[in-house]
Amino acid sequence: MSIARKAQRDYQDAMSLIDLANPSKFLTLTARILPWLAAATAIVFAIGLYQAASAPDDYQQGATVKIMFIHVPNAWLSMFVWGVMSVAALGTLVWRHPLADVAAKAAAPIGAAFTFLALVTGSLWGRPMWGTYWEWDARLTSVLVLFLMYLGLMALWRAVEDPSRAARAAAVLTLVGAINLPIIKFSVDWWNTLHQPASVFRMGGPTLDRAFLIPLFVMAIAFTLLFLTLHLAAMRNEILRRRVRSLQMMQANARAA
Amino acid sequence: MTALAALIRRDIRIALRVGGGALIGVLFFLSVVVLMPFAVGPDLKLLARLGPAILWLGALLASLLTLDRLFMADHEDGSLDLIVMSRIPLELACAAKALAHWIAAGLPLIVATPVLGLLLNLDTLSTSAIALTLLAGTPALTFTGMIGAALAVTLHRGGLLLAVLVLPLSIPVLIFGVAASEAAATGPQTFGAPFLILCALSLVSFVIGPFAAAASLRQGLD
Repeated sequence: MSIARKAQRDYQDAMSLIDLANPSKFLTLTARILPWLAAATAIVFAIGLYQAASAPDDYQQGATVKIMFIHVPNAWLSMFVWGVMSVAALGTLVWRHPLADVAAKAAAPIGAAFTFLALVTGSLWGRPMWGTYWEWDARLTSVLVLFLMYLGLMALWRAVEDPSRAARAAAVLTLVGAINLPIIKFSVDWWNTLHQPASVFRMGGPTLDRAFLIPLFVMAIAFTLLFLTLHLAAMRNEILRRRVRSLQMMQANARAA
Repeated sequence: MTALAALIRRDIRIALRVGGGALIGVLFFLSVVVLMPFAVGPDLKLLARLGPAILWLGALLASLLTLDRLFMADHEDGSLDLIVMSRIPLELACAAKALAHWIAAGLPLIVATPVLGLLLNLDTLSTSAIALTLLAGTPALTFTGMIGAALAVTLHRGGLLLAVLVLPLSIPVLIFGVAASEAAATGPQTFGAPFLILCALSLVSFVIGPFAAAASLRQGLD
Protein backbone atom coordinates (compact mmCIF):
# COMPACT_ATOMS: atom_id res chain seq x y z
CA MET A 1 0.00 0.00 0.00
CA SER A 2 1.34 3.45 -0.83
CA ILE A 3 2.55 5.71 1.96
CA ALA A 4 -0.10 8.33 1.19
CA ARG A 5 -2.89 5.77 1.33
CA LYS A 6 -1.61 4.38 4.63
CA ALA A 7 -1.37 7.87 6.12
CA GLN A 8 -4.94 8.55 5.06
CA ARG A 9 -6.09 5.31 6.70
CA ASP A 10 -4.29 6.19 9.94
CA TYR A 11 -5.81 9.68 9.92
CA GLN A 12 -9.27 8.26 9.51
CA ASP A 13 -8.75 5.83 12.38
CA ALA A 14 -7.49 8.65 14.56
CA MET A 15 -10.78 10.49 14.04
CA SER A 16 -12.65 8.02 16.25
CA LEU A 17 -12.53 10.15 19.41
CA ILE A 18 -13.80 13.21 17.62
CA ASP A 19 -16.61 11.11 16.21
CA LEU A 20 -18.09 11.08 19.70
CA ALA A 21 -18.97 14.71 19.11
CA ASN A 22 -21.49 13.45 16.60
CA PRO A 23 -24.71 12.94 18.52
CA SER A 24 -25.80 9.88 16.56
CA LYS A 25 -22.52 8.10 17.14
CA PHE A 26 -22.75 9.09 20.79
CA LEU A 27 -26.21 7.56 20.98
CA THR A 28 -25.05 4.25 19.55
CA LEU A 29 -22.10 4.20 21.95
CA THR A 30 -24.41 4.93 24.86
CA ALA A 31 -26.81 2.19 23.84
CA ARG A 32 -23.93 -0.27 23.86
CA ILE A 33 -22.24 0.59 27.14
CA LEU A 34 -25.15 1.73 29.31
CA PRO A 35 -26.33 -1.80 30.29
CA TRP A 36 -22.76 -2.72 31.28
CA LEU A 37 -22.37 0.44 33.32
CA ALA A 38 -25.67 -0.16 35.07
CA ALA A 39 -24.67 -3.73 35.90
CA ALA A 40 -21.27 -2.60 37.16
CA THR A 41 -22.96 0.04 39.34
CA ALA A 42 -25.28 -2.54 40.88
CA ILE A 43 -22.44 -4.96 41.58
CA VAL A 44 -20.15 -2.38 43.18
CA PHE A 45 -23.06 -1.09 45.26
CA ALA A 46 -23.74 -4.63 46.47
CA ILE A 47 -20.10 -5.09 47.44
CA GLY A 48 -19.92 -1.67 49.08
CA LEU A 49 -23.11 -2.08 51.08
CA TYR A 50 -22.03 -5.50 52.28
CA GLN A 51 -18.68 -4.13 53.37
CA ALA A 52 -20.34 -1.17 55.03
CA ALA A 53 -22.71 -3.45 56.93
CA SER A 54 -19.90 -5.67 58.11
CA ALA A 55 -17.60 -2.81 59.13
CA PRO A 56 -17.04 -2.58 62.90
CA ASP A 57 -18.95 -0.11 65.06
CA ASP A 58 -17.12 3.01 66.12
CA TYR A 59 -16.18 3.01 69.80
CA GLN A 60 -17.75 6.44 70.28
CA GLN A 61 -20.51 6.67 67.70
CA GLY A 62 -21.68 3.09 67.56
CA ALA A 63 -23.47 2.00 64.44
CA THR A 64 -24.46 5.52 63.36
CA VAL A 65 -20.95 6.01 61.97
CA LYS A 66 -22.11 3.99 58.99
CA ILE A 67 -24.10 6.97 57.73
CA MET A 68 -20.62 8.17 56.73
CA PHE A 69 -20.54 5.55 53.95
CA ILE A 70 -23.46 7.30 52.27
CA HIS A 71 -22.92 10.88 53.40
CA VAL A 72 -19.27 11.28 52.42
CA PRO A 73 -19.48 9.87 48.85
CA ASN A 74 -22.55 12.05 48.21
CA ALA A 75 -20.64 15.10 49.41
CA TRP A 76 -17.61 14.23 47.27
CA LEU A 77 -19.81 13.70 44.26
CA SER A 78 -21.72 16.96 44.72
CA MET A 79 -18.43 18.79 44.24
CA PHE A 80 -17.19 16.41 41.55
CA VAL A 81 -20.31 16.97 39.45
CA TRP A 82 -19.81 20.73 39.57
CA GLY A 83 -16.24 20.07 38.40
CA VAL A 84 -17.56 17.98 35.50
CA MET A 85 -19.98 20.77 34.62
CA SER A 86 -17.12 23.30 34.72
CA VAL A 87 -15.12 21.21 32.25
CA ALA A 88 -18.21 20.96 30.05
CA ALA A 89 -18.65 24.74 30.36
CA LEU A 90 -15.08 25.22 29.12
CA GLY A 91 -15.91 22.86 26.27
CA THR A 92 -18.89 25.02 25.33
CA LEU A 93 -17.19 28.39 25.62
CA VAL A 94 -13.68 27.63 24.42
CA TRP A 95 -13.95 24.70 22.02
CA ARG A 96 -17.65 24.91 21.04
CA HIS A 97 -17.89 21.12 21.45
CA PRO A 98 -21.35 20.04 20.30
CA LEU A 99 -22.06 17.71 23.20
CA ALA A 100 -20.56 19.86 25.95
CA ASP A 101 -23.78 21.73 26.65
CA VAL A 102 -25.76 18.48 26.61
CA ALA A 103 -23.38 17.11 29.22
CA ALA A 104 -23.69 20.24 31.37
CA LYS A 105 -27.48 20.38 31.23
CA ALA A 106 -27.79 16.68 32.02
CA ALA A 107 -25.42 16.84 34.97
CA ALA A 108 -27.07 19.71 36.84
CA PRO A 109 -30.11 17.88 38.32
CA ILE A 110 -27.96 14.87 39.23
CA GLY A 111 -25.48 17.08 41.07
CA ALA A 112 -28.32 18.86 42.84
CA ALA A 113 -29.70 15.49 43.96
CA PHE A 114 -26.31 14.43 45.33
CA THR A 115 -25.95 17.73 47.19
CA PHE A 116 -29.44 17.39 48.63
CA LEU A 117 -28.70 13.83 49.77
CA ALA A 118 -25.43 14.95 51.33
CA LEU A 119 -27.26 17.66 53.27
CA VAL A 120 -30.07 15.31 54.38
CA THR A 121 -27.82 12.41 55.41
CA GLY A 122 -25.50 14.83 57.15
CA SER A 123 -28.42 16.35 58.99
CA LEU A 124 -29.65 12.90 60.09
CA TRP A 125 -26.13 12.07 61.23
CA GLY A 126 -25.81 15.37 63.06
CA ARG A 127 -28.82 14.76 65.26
CA PRO A 128 -27.33 11.86 67.23
CA MET A 129 -23.76 13.20 66.95
CA TRP A 130 -24.01 16.92 67.62
CA GLY A 131 -27.50 17.12 69.05
CA THR A 132 -28.80 19.31 66.25
CA TYR A 133 -30.16 18.78 62.77
CA TRP A 134 -28.50 21.93 61.47
CA GLU A 135 -25.71 24.29 62.37
CA TRP A 136 -24.61 27.40 60.52
CA ASP A 137 -20.95 26.50 60.35
CA ALA A 138 -18.67 27.03 57.35
CA ARG A 139 -18.94 23.58 55.74
CA LEU A 140 -22.72 23.22 56.04
CA THR A 141 -23.34 26.79 54.90
CA SER A 142 -21.09 26.52 51.85
CA VAL A 143 -22.69 23.21 50.81
CA LEU A 144 -26.13 24.79 51.22
CA VAL A 145 -24.95 27.66 49.01
CA LEU A 146 -23.74 25.06 46.48
CA PHE A 147 -27.23 23.54 46.52
CA LEU A 148 -28.79 26.95 45.90
CA MET A 149 -26.39 27.49 43.01
CA TYR A 150 -27.38 24.15 41.49
CA LEU A 151 -31.03 25.18 41.68
CA GLY A 152 -30.25 28.58 40.17
CA LEU A 153 -28.35 26.92 37.36
CA MET A 154 -31.24 24.58 36.64
CA ALA A 155 -33.59 27.58 36.58
CA LEU A 156 -31.29 29.39 34.13
CA TRP A 157 -31.23 26.38 31.81
CA ARG A 158 -35.00 26.37 31.62
CA ALA A 159 -35.38 30.13 31.34
CA VAL A 160 -34.09 30.44 27.77
CA GLU A 161 -36.02 28.82 24.97
CA ASP A 162 -33.11 28.07 22.65
CA PRO A 163 -30.87 25.36 24.20
CA SER A 164 -27.61 26.57 22.69
CA ARG A 165 -28.07 30.12 23.96
CA ALA A 166 -29.03 28.80 27.37
CA ALA A 167 -25.86 26.70 27.21
CA ARG A 168 -23.58 29.69 26.93
CA ALA A 169 -25.24 31.63 29.73
CA ALA A 170 -25.18 28.55 31.95
CA ALA A 171 -21.53 27.94 31.09
CA VAL A 172 -20.53 31.37 32.38
CA LEU A 173 -22.52 30.86 35.58
CA THR A 174 -20.97 27.41 36.09
CA LEU A 175 -17.45 28.76 35.81
CA VAL A 176 -18.20 31.64 38.18
CA GLY A 177 -19.73 29.22 40.67
CA ALA A 178 -16.69 26.94 40.54
CA ILE A 179 -15.05 29.34 42.96
CA ASN A 180 -17.24 27.81 45.66
CA LEU A 181 -15.53 24.41 45.37
CA PRO A 182 -12.20 25.25 47.03
CA ILE A 183 -14.13 27.24 49.64
CA ILE A 184 -16.12 24.13 50.55
CA LYS A 185 -13.07 21.90 50.60
CA PHE A 186 -10.93 24.13 52.75
CA SER A 187 -13.68 25.69 54.88
CA VAL A 188 -13.17 23.18 57.67
CA ASP A 189 -9.46 24.03 57.76
CA TRP A 190 -9.82 27.79 57.53
CA TRP A 191 -12.55 28.22 60.12
CA ASN A 192 -13.00 26.56 63.47
CA THR A 193 -16.18 24.70 62.71
CA LEU A 194 -18.45 22.05 64.13
CA HIS A 195 -18.01 19.84 61.08
CA GLN A 196 -14.90 17.76 61.50
CA PRO A 197 -11.74 18.66 59.55
CA ALA A 198 -10.52 16.69 56.57
CA SER A 199 -9.62 13.12 57.45
CA VAL A 200 -9.18 11.50 54.05
CA PHE A 201 -7.79 13.93 51.47
CA ARG A 202 -5.23 15.79 53.49
CA MET A 203 -1.48 16.27 53.73
CA GLY A 204 0.01 13.40 55.65
CA GLY A 205 -2.45 10.83 54.40
CA PRO A 206 -5.82 9.72 55.67
CA THR A 207 -6.43 9.35 59.36
CA LEU A 208 -9.28 6.92 58.91
CA ASP A 209 -8.65 3.31 59.84
CA ARG A 210 -8.55 0.81 56.97
CA ALA A 211 -11.61 -0.96 58.23
CA PHE A 212 -13.57 2.19 57.41
CA LEU A 213 -11.44 3.54 54.58
CA ILE A 214 -11.91 0.59 52.23
CA PRO A 215 -15.73 0.45 52.38
CA LEU A 216 -15.72 4.24 52.02
CA PHE A 217 -13.69 4.09 48.83
CA VAL A 218 -15.79 1.24 47.46
CA MET A 219 -18.97 3.20 48.11
CA ALA A 220 -17.37 6.26 46.51
CA ILE A 221 -16.61 4.23 43.39
CA ALA A 222 -20.15 2.85 43.44
CA PHE A 223 -21.66 6.34 43.62
CA THR A 224 -19.33 7.57 40.86
CA LEU A 225 -20.45 4.70 38.63
CA LEU A 226 -24.03 5.62 39.49
CA PHE A 227 -23.35 9.20 38.41
CA LEU A 228 -21.77 8.00 35.15
CA THR A 229 -24.73 5.77 34.37
CA LEU A 230 -27.30 8.43 35.20
CA HIS A 231 -25.32 11.10 33.37
CA LEU A 232 -25.01 9.09 30.15
CA ALA A 233 -28.68 8.19 30.28
CA ALA A 234 -29.59 11.84 30.89
CA MET A 235 -27.39 12.98 28.00
CA ARG A 236 -29.10 10.46 25.75
CA ASN A 237 -32.49 11.74 26.87
CA GLU A 238 -31.46 15.35 26.30
CA ILE A 239 -30.27 14.62 22.75
CA LEU A 240 -33.55 12.86 22.00
CA ARG A 241 -35.50 15.72 23.57
CA ARG A 242 -33.74 18.22 21.31
CA ARG A 243 -34.52 16.08 18.29
CA VAL A 244 -38.17 16.04 19.24
CA ARG A 245 -38.08 19.82 19.59
CA SER A 246 -36.48 20.23 16.14
CA LEU A 247 -39.05 17.92 14.62
CA GLN A 248 -41.88 19.85 16.26
CA MET A 249 -40.46 23.11 14.91
CA MET A 250 -40.14 21.64 11.44
CA GLN A 251 -43.69 20.40 11.63
CA ALA A 252 -44.94 23.80 12.75
CA ASN A 253 -43.05 25.48 9.92
CA ALA A 254 -44.41 23.03 7.36
CA ARG A 255 -47.92 23.60 8.58
CA ALA A 256 -47.48 27.37 8.44
CA ALA A 257 -46.14 27.27 4.89
CA MET B 1 -13.51 63.13 27.01
CA THR B 2 -12.68 59.50 26.57
CA ALA B 3 -15.33 57.01 25.64
CA LEU B 4 -15.29 55.33 29.04
CA ALA B 5 -15.66 58.59 30.92
CA ALA B 6 -18.53 59.54 28.61
CA LEU B 7 -20.16 56.19 29.32
CA ILE B 8 -19.86 56.70 33.07
CA ARG B 9 -21.24 60.23 32.85
CA ARG B 10 -24.14 59.10 30.69
CA ASP B 11 -25.06 56.29 33.04
CA ILE B 12 -24.94 58.46 36.14
CA ARG B 13 -27.09 61.10 34.46
CA ILE B 14 -29.70 58.60 33.35
CA ALA B 15 -29.78 56.93 36.74
CA LEU B 16 -30.27 60.19 38.59
CA ARG B 17 -33.21 61.24 36.46
CA VAL B 18 -36.75 60.81 37.69
CA GLY B 19 -37.33 57.42 36.11
CA GLY B 20 -33.74 56.45 36.61
CA GLY B 21 -34.11 54.24 39.63
CA ALA B 22 -31.05 55.28 41.64
CA LEU B 23 -32.96 56.98 44.41
CA ILE B 24 -35.59 54.24 44.40
CA GLY B 25 -32.88 52.08 45.92
CA VAL B 26 -32.56 54.39 48.88
CA LEU B 27 -36.33 54.42 49.33
CA PHE B 28 -36.37 50.64 49.35
CA PHE B 29 -33.50 50.60 51.87
CA LEU B 30 -35.53 52.94 54.07
CA SER B 31 -38.62 50.75 53.72
CA VAL B 32 -36.78 47.59 54.71
CA VAL B 33 -35.17 49.23 57.72
CA VAL B 34 -38.50 50.69 58.81
CA LEU B 35 -40.27 47.35 58.41
CA MET B 36 -37.84 45.53 60.67
CA PRO B 37 -38.96 47.04 64.00
CA PHE B 38 -42.55 46.22 63.08
CA ALA B 39 -41.54 42.60 62.67
CA VAL B 40 -38.98 42.30 65.41
CA GLY B 41 -40.64 44.48 68.03
CA PRO B 42 -39.70 47.91 69.34
CA ASP B 43 -37.20 46.67 71.91
CA LEU B 44 -34.32 49.13 71.44
CA LYS B 45 -31.63 46.86 72.82
CA LEU B 46 -32.59 44.09 70.42
CA LEU B 47 -32.67 46.51 67.50
CA ALA B 48 -29.21 47.81 68.40
CA ARG B 49 -27.91 44.25 68.47
CA LEU B 50 -29.51 43.43 65.13
CA GLY B 51 -28.62 46.83 63.67
CA PRO B 52 -25.62 45.87 61.51
CA ALA B 53 -27.46 42.86 60.13
CA ILE B 54 -30.60 44.86 59.30
CA LEU B 55 -28.64 47.59 57.56
CA TRP B 56 -26.55 45.13 55.59
CA LEU B 57 -29.58 43.11 54.54
CA GLY B 58 -31.37 46.27 53.49
CA ALA B 59 -28.37 47.41 51.44
CA LEU B 60 -28.05 43.98 49.82
CA LEU B 61 -31.72 43.83 48.85
CA ALA B 62 -31.69 47.42 47.61
CA SER B 63 -28.66 46.62 45.43
CA LEU B 64 -30.39 43.56 44.04
CA LEU B 65 -33.45 45.59 43.21
CA THR B 66 -31.59 48.20 41.21
CA LEU B 67 -29.26 45.74 39.45
CA ASP B 68 -32.00 44.81 37.05
CA ARG B 69 -31.70 48.09 35.21
CA LEU B 70 -27.94 47.90 34.80
CA PHE B 71 -28.24 46.47 31.31
CA MET B 72 -31.96 46.14 30.71
CA ALA B 73 -32.70 49.76 29.80
CA ASP B 74 -29.79 49.85 27.34
CA HIS B 75 -30.84 46.53 25.86
CA GLU B 76 -34.35 47.76 25.26
CA ASP B 77 -33.39 50.86 23.32
CA GLY B 78 -30.52 49.23 21.44
CA SER B 79 -27.59 51.10 22.95
CA LEU B 80 -26.26 47.87 24.47
CA ASP B 81 -25.67 46.55 20.97
CA LEU B 82 -23.76 49.73 20.15
CA ILE B 83 -21.64 49.38 23.27
CA VAL B 84 -20.86 45.74 22.47
CA MET B 85 -19.88 46.66 18.91
CA SER B 86 -17.82 49.70 19.80
CA ARG B 87 -14.04 49.90 19.95
CA ILE B 88 -13.73 50.03 23.72
CA PRO B 89 -13.09 46.59 25.20
CA LEU B 90 -16.39 45.18 26.44
CA GLU B 91 -14.84 44.28 29.81
CA LEU B 92 -13.91 47.92 30.43
CA ALA B 93 -17.34 49.06 29.28
CA CYS B 94 -18.97 46.69 31.77
CA ALA B 95 -16.66 47.91 34.52
CA ALA B 96 -17.51 51.52 33.65
CA LYS B 97 -21.24 50.79 33.78
CA ALA B 98 -20.87 49.03 37.11
CA LEU B 99 -18.86 51.93 38.50
CA ALA B 100 -21.49 54.40 37.36
CA HIS B 101 -24.20 52.21 38.85
CA TRP B 102 -22.37 52.06 42.15
CA ILE B 103 -21.90 55.83 42.24
CA ALA B 104 -25.54 56.45 41.44
CA ALA B 105 -27.16 53.66 43.47
CA GLY B 106 -24.61 52.43 46.00
CA LEU B 107 -23.25 55.70 47.38
CA PRO B 108 -26.70 57.04 48.33
CA LEU B 109 -27.21 53.89 50.41
CA ILE B 110 -24.00 54.59 52.30
CA VAL B 111 -24.99 58.22 52.81
CA ALA B 112 -28.36 57.13 54.17
CA THR B 113 -26.81 54.72 56.67
CA PRO B 114 -26.17 57.18 59.55
CA VAL B 115 -29.76 58.41 59.38
CA LEU B 116 -31.12 54.90 59.47
CA GLY B 117 -28.71 54.00 62.24
CA LEU B 118 -30.59 56.48 64.40
CA LEU B 119 -33.81 54.59 63.76
CA LEU B 120 -32.17 51.42 65.02
CA ASN B 121 -30.65 52.92 68.16
CA LEU B 122 -27.07 52.46 66.97
CA ASP B 123 -24.30 54.62 68.43
CA THR B 124 -21.95 56.63 66.21
CA LEU B 125 -19.09 54.12 66.40
CA SER B 126 -21.27 51.28 65.14
CA THR B 127 -22.86 53.45 62.48
CA SER B 128 -19.54 54.67 61.12
CA ALA B 129 -18.22 51.11 61.13
CA ILE B 130 -21.27 49.92 59.23
CA ALA B 131 -20.94 52.78 56.75
CA LEU B 132 -17.26 51.93 56.25
CA THR B 133 -17.98 48.24 55.66
CA LEU B 134 -20.77 49.18 53.26
CA LEU B 135 -18.33 51.42 51.41
CA ALA B 136 -15.94 48.48 51.05
CA GLY B 137 -18.62 45.88 50.36
CA THR B 138 -21.20 47.48 48.04
CA PRO B 139 -18.73 47.57 45.11
CA ALA B 140 -18.45 43.78 45.46
CA LEU B 141 -22.25 43.52 45.43
CA THR B 142 -22.49 45.68 42.32
CA PHE B 143 -19.71 43.99 40.38
CA THR B 144 -20.78 40.41 41.13
CA GLY B 145 -24.40 41.39 40.61
CA MET B 146 -23.38 42.65 37.20
CA ILE B 147 -22.68 39.03 36.24
CA GLY B 148 -26.26 38.08 37.01
CA ALA B 149 -27.56 41.19 35.27
CA ALA B 150 -25.60 40.32 32.12
CA LEU B 151 -26.91 36.74 32.22
CA ALA B 152 -30.46 37.91 32.70
CA VAL B 153 -30.45 40.71 30.13
CA THR B 154 -31.43 38.44 27.29
CA LEU B 155 -34.17 36.71 29.22
CA HIS B 156 -37.56 38.18 28.71
CA ARG B 157 -38.78 37.47 32.22
CA GLY B 158 -35.44 37.59 33.91
CA GLY B 159 -36.13 39.65 37.02
CA LEU B 160 -36.48 37.11 39.81
CA LEU B 161 -34.01 34.70 38.23
CA LEU B 162 -31.41 37.44 38.45
CA ALA B 163 -31.88 37.63 42.20
CA VAL B 164 -31.63 33.84 42.56
CA LEU B 165 -28.41 33.75 40.57
CA VAL B 166 -26.76 36.67 42.34
CA LEU B 167 -27.64 35.83 45.94
CA PRO B 168 -25.24 32.88 46.46
CA LEU B 169 -22.39 35.03 45.18
CA SER B 170 -23.28 37.88 47.57
CA ILE B 171 -23.39 35.70 50.68
CA PRO B 172 -19.65 35.95 51.49
CA VAL B 173 -19.82 39.76 51.22
CA LEU B 174 -22.76 39.78 53.62
CA ILE B 175 -21.03 37.46 56.09
CA PHE B 176 -17.84 39.46 56.27
CA GLY B 177 -19.63 42.81 56.19
CA VAL B 178 -21.74 41.99 59.21
CA ALA B 179 -18.78 40.34 60.98
CA ALA B 180 -16.67 43.46 60.52
CA SER B 181 -19.50 45.76 61.66
CA GLU B 182 -20.12 43.77 64.80
CA ALA B 183 -16.43 43.43 65.58
CA ALA B 184 -15.94 47.20 65.41
CA ALA B 185 -17.61 47.56 68.77
CA THR B 186 -14.98 45.37 70.39
CA GLY B 187 -11.88 47.01 68.93
CA PRO B 188 -9.74 47.64 65.84
CA GLN B 189 -7.93 44.30 66.01
CA THR B 190 -10.98 42.14 65.44
CA PHE B 191 -12.36 44.65 62.96
CA GLY B 192 -9.31 44.45 60.72
CA ALA B 193 -9.48 40.82 59.62
CA PRO B 194 -13.03 40.67 58.24
CA PHE B 195 -12.72 44.20 56.86
CA LEU B 196 -9.61 43.30 54.90
CA ILE B 197 -11.29 40.18 53.53
CA LEU B 198 -14.23 42.39 52.52
CA CYS B 199 -11.85 44.69 50.64
CA ALA B 200 -10.27 41.62 49.04
CA LEU B 201 -13.68 40.40 47.90
CA SER B 202 -14.36 43.77 46.29
CA LEU B 203 -11.00 43.77 44.54
CA VAL B 204 -11.54 40.24 43.23
CA SER B 205 -14.99 41.21 41.97
CA PHE B 206 -13.49 44.17 40.08
CA VAL B 207 -11.62 41.60 37.98
CA ILE B 208 -14.00 38.67 37.74
CA GLY B 209 -17.18 40.71 37.34
CA PRO B 210 -16.35 42.58 34.14
CA PHE B 211 -14.83 39.53 32.46
CA ALA B 212 -17.75 37.26 33.28
CA ALA B 213 -20.30 39.95 32.40
CA ALA B 214 -18.59 40.68 29.07
CA ALA B 215 -18.52 36.97 28.23
CA SER B 216 -22.23 36.67 29.09
CA LEU B 217 -23.13 39.71 27.00
CA ARG B 218 -21.20 38.45 24.01
CA GLN B 219 -22.77 34.99 24.23
CA GLY B 220 -26.22 36.30 24.95
CA LEU B 221 -26.55 38.96 22.34
CA ASP B 222 -25.52 37.12 19.22
